[in-house]
Amino acid sequence: MPDDLKQIIHRHWGERSELISILQKIQEQYGYLPPEAMQETASYLKIPDTAVFAVATFYSQFRFEPRGEKLIRVCLGTACHVRGADRFLANLKKELGIEEGETTPDGKYTLESVACIGCCALSPVLTLNEEVIANITSPKIRKMLIKK
Amino acid sequence: MKLESVKENASNEWYLLQDSRDPVIYVGTATCGRSAGALGVIEALQKDDDINNSRIIETGCLGLCYAEPIIMIKKTGRPLLAFGKVNPRVAARLVRDYLNEDKINNDFVLGTVGEERINGVGKLFDLPVLKPQVRRILNNCGFIDPENIYHYIANSGYSGLQKTLELKPDEIIGHVKVAGLRGRGGAGFPTWKKWKTARDEANKQPAANNESPAFIICNADEGDPGAFMNRSLLEGDPHSVLEGMLIAGYTIGASRGYIYCRAEYPLALSRLKTALDQMRELNLLGENILGTDFSFDIRIKEGAGAFVCGEETALIASIEGKRGAPVPRPPFPAEVGLWEKPTVINNVETFANVALLLKHGADWFTEYGTEKSRGTKTFSLAGKIKYPGLIEVPLGITLKEIIFDIGGGPSDGKKFKAVQTGGPSGGCLSSDMLDLPVDYDSLVQAGSIMGSGGLVVMDEDTCMVDVARYFLEFTQKESCGKCVPCRLGTKAMLDILSKITQGKGEEKDLNFLKETGAAVQKGSLCGLGKTAPNPVLSTFRYFENEYTQHVKENKCSGKTCKEMISYYVLEENCTGCTVCKRMCPQEAIIGESKEVHKIIEEVCIKCNICHEYCKYDAIEVN
Ligand SMILES: Cc1cc2nc3c(=O)[nH]c(=O)nc-3n(C[C@H](O)[C@H](O)[C@H](O)COP(=O)(O)O)c2cc1C
Ligand code: FES
Repeated sequence: MPDDLKQIIHRHWGERSELISILQKIQEQYGYLPPEAMQETASYLKIPDTAVFAVATFYSQFRFEPRGEKLIRVCLGTACHVRGADRFLANLKKELGIEEGETTPDGKYTLESVACIGCCALSPVLTLNEEVIANITSPKIRKMLIKK
Repeated sequence: MKLESVKENASNEWYLLQDSRDPVIYVGTATCGRSAGALGVIEALQKDDDINNSRIIETGCLGLCYAEPIIMIKKTGRPLLAFGKVNPRVAARLVRDYLNEDKINNDFVLGTVGEERINGVGKLFDLPVLKPQVRRILNNCGFIDPENIYHYIANSGYSGLQKTLELKPDEIIGHVKVAGLRGRGGAGFPTWKKWKTARDEANKQPAANNESPAFIICNADEGDPGAFMNRSLLEGDPHSVLEGMLIAGYTIGASRGYIYCRAEYPLALSRLKTALDQMRELNLLGENILGTDFSFDIRIKEGAGAFVCGEETALIASIEGKRGAPVPRPPFPAEVGLWEKPTVINNVETFANVALLLKHGADWFTEYGTEKSRGTKTFSLAGKIKYPGLIEVPLGITLKEIIFDIGGGPSDGKKFKAVQTGGPSGGCLSSDMLDLPVDYDSLVQAGSIMGSGGLVVMDEDTCMVDVARYFLEFTQKESCGKCVPCRLGTKAMLDILSKITQGKGEEKDLNFLKETGAAVQKGSLCGLGKTAPNPVLSTFRYFENEYTQHVKENKCSGKTCKEMISYYVLEENCTGCTVCKRMCPQEAIIGESKEVHKIIEEVCIKCNICHEYCKYDAIEVN
């Protein structure tokens, strides 16, 4: 196991209540939760591996596969929904040739959905890595895919 | 440290800014401002040599999200002047023209702030979107730097806390009771009752050194999709919420608080972190706050993307590092909460109200609102509405005033169909209900709930059966699976709704939906399940005709359900420009250049791309 991974985990006190934040820190660094990271977390917190998996799988934020270079998250919140969000998601799936939660074979894009990012006034929106792209349209999405 | 000395420093800094000889430019950089390009605007302003003597202050959101990015300029002898829909290309010129020549570009100007006037520009707060509003909670948002605690303090921040620290806990609870403040997180539970229970329970706790006998939790999970009041407030004025948490902590005798904020709000999280650091520096957090016996610390807990964690018992489980599964109440968290200790959980806006009502008194607080729903409330306006944004209005205002007077009605001149209130636990109200006063009880009577304040407007092109299906898909996915009625009931309802929207519905399905809905309402463990059928039942109540249309006539009047619509080319508008043909991912469009095109129905997947690309309104949906 890489040292820095151990460091991330061992920076914490070792209290059970830190479980979710430890997992968040790991994912922040690696983009997903590698199995050995979850095992190390379990032994550091002195809880069974299964307890860590049970928590990690409960929360939709956690990923168990490496993510692509660009993470596209289409908002499917109510405001975005009534402005056609599911069509944009379907079109992106078709364009990238992947399903929700998958990564393109070249490792370039991961496609996900999100329940609302609070930018509803400028709906429909999606995020490209950290950037929020507001008032999306098909031409805008096309430009985004060509440019990046 | 005493607040008085801090106040002096704060007002010095604030008045230096107000009387600054160099121009000051305020730029709204909340999430909405940023996604509209506010950071690019700042970059453009900084690059311009003519105006780089100006100070740039980043603020939160004014609430006029439709006009983002917004900048406000202050120069000596002139009122604060706001411009909207600014972009990096025009920003520097707008500012230069105004600073150097008093030239105001009418295409961008929004209005002035304050009593002084300039060149006949109207007042910002006279805009139809702002005029009916009463801004108390949002008073600072857009006008102060949320990352500078002095700005908050100079605007009488933390004086509610200061007053609190001179009162006895029972007196504080008394004030909150007289004010009649009800929780802003959804259910509208009287805040004082919760606090009193927690205080009484905390008093019973055996004295343990170092351990807090009780806890305060701020619920900033804001899980309702389509709602962003809490995000805006945390990004625009985080201290107003933190001050309320301190007041609550002092009242119930807690020495530790948590703020549980969803991970989808990175900017709110980072502004909160900054705010807490600054509080610690000024002894507004930590040991012996402001030289009193009161010690309190606040930690941030980041949510991990589970809607049910907004429910208080699930939220507690999540802070403890567990799966966010609710547990039956009673006991309520105020009795047995976080780590089995009495715990007060309130919403972001409830805490902000607490700080205000202690500063100004209960009489001030009750100047607005109705008898049973006192004070003002923030709402987020989104969906098919002309002026989406964040507003604050007195409770008891009608839906019509909110949607039409403030929000400008549906966008693109379309006809209003419904407004969704209360998120997945709420319902959809029709145009017949527009005169309904917006208060906790009226909305429940109408079959919806006030919820936390998200309003999503729907126009004639929205299918209400699809909206019901959308919400059931959401709650079904978010059900924690612990209790059977919620887990299986929402699934069964979703299956039927999907069937109907796919054009395979039968008449008996409609009864099944009603019956299952009632059973899920009755049998579920927590609020998620108990309220999950609301979107279905309310759409039944107001839009039953749409359900029957789907089932009997195979027709979707909202032109949404794919199996019931088709795309075609309007011959008289088509110029044969070939754009749609080139963009169609299915190669479903045929036609030569400069000749009318045609969509092959069997191949079309109704992705809507042709419709979006067509510049001549030649693609129709039916
Ligand atoms: C499924 C579900 C989700 C909830 N989500 C939230 C939320 O995101 N924010 C919130 O403040 N309250 C939410 N609540 C309500 C909380 O359980 C709780 O009543 C509230 O935080 C109490 O604060 P208040 O008294 O200040 O309103 C939710 C309730 C349920 C059943
Ligand atoms: S609904 Fe998409 S950002 Fe809120």
